[in-house]
Amino acid sequence: MNFLLINFFLISLLLVTTFFIFKTTSLISVVALTGAFTLLCSAIYVNLDAVDVAFTEAAVGSGISTILMVMAAAKLPEGKKNKLINLFPSIILAVAISLILIIIISNLPLLGDPNAPIHLHVVPEYLKESKDFFHIPNVVTNILASYRGFDTLGETIVIFTAGLGVIALLTSNTLNRKTNFKKNKKNER
Amino acid sequence: MRDKISSSPVLSVVSKILFAPIIIFGLYVQFHGDYGPGGGFQAGVIVAAAFILYSMIFGLSKGETLVPIMINRYLMCTGVLLYAGVGIVSIFLDGMYLDYNVLSSDPSTGQHIGIILVELGVGITVATVMIALYHSFASFGEINE
Repeated sequence: MNFLLINFFLISLLLVTTFFIFKTTSLISVVALTGAFTLLCSAIYVNLDAVDVAFTEAAVGSGISTILMVMAAAKLPEGKKNKLINLFPSIILAVAISLILIIIISNLPLLGDPNAPIHLHVVPEYLKESKDFFHIPNVVTNILASYRGFDTLGETIVIFTAGLGVIALLTSNTLNRKTNFKKNKKNER
Repeated sequence: MRDKISSSPVLSVVSKILFAPIIIFGLYVQFHGDYGPGGGFQAGVIVAAAFILYSMIFGLSKGETLVPIMINRYLMCTGVLLYAGVGIVSIFLDGMYLDYNVLSSDPSTGQHIGIILVELGVGITVATVMIALYHSFASFGEINE
């Protein structure tokens, strides 16, 4: 009962936040509200007992992303307000996607159902084996780093590549400017 | 913008006090990931947050003196290479790629060593990529000057 009440409360807060994200016109407020949105999401994950996911969501989603979005918003020109655009196509698209999602939800297994497909495939094996073999209590870490080591290697490389991409896009000009500066200095001599 | 130092003494004092505890918390999350929620990804982000806070309050050039750009980029590569290197080492010890059992005479200890090293690699990469992202974003505006 408590679980349902907390979930209901958090999800209604999510709806309120979404409404204000939609309504507000200032960029910084949108960024702040998005941060609040992801923080609420991580609270929902804690309520669902997925602490690892909640931790990641809180650190990455509402922490670093918000900072980066604030930096990006600060670089944009101020004072421009969104003109009233034709909302009709977006509303139709949103309603269609929500309908599809609602239909899918009715086909999903119930929350915590022990006979759900995800709990029958490899998870029982992992849970049984990792306790005796690894002596590491956090099964999530075992799966992430050992059973699914290749996936995590891929994720790390994705983050690395993303960093490389941003560096190449945003700082190449700065470096060029510095080398030009050095060249100019040499020419002056 | 680059050397815009926060004029508020409250911000600079609070960020000075918070800098070390944030990093210690990051290390706790990194190495306690085996026993509780946490791990390399979260710890990397938390450690990066401390450095980003420092450059936000004291200006970007001070942040770049604290973490020089080139050292940051070398560390980015080091993290990925550490992760991939653990796999290569396990090949040389007659195992499969990323098979941690062979890292020690006891397979269970081997898994421990492997998981800690791999998580460390993830943590280093995530932290340095986040710092690099912040510095790239923050220094973007000065290009057109």
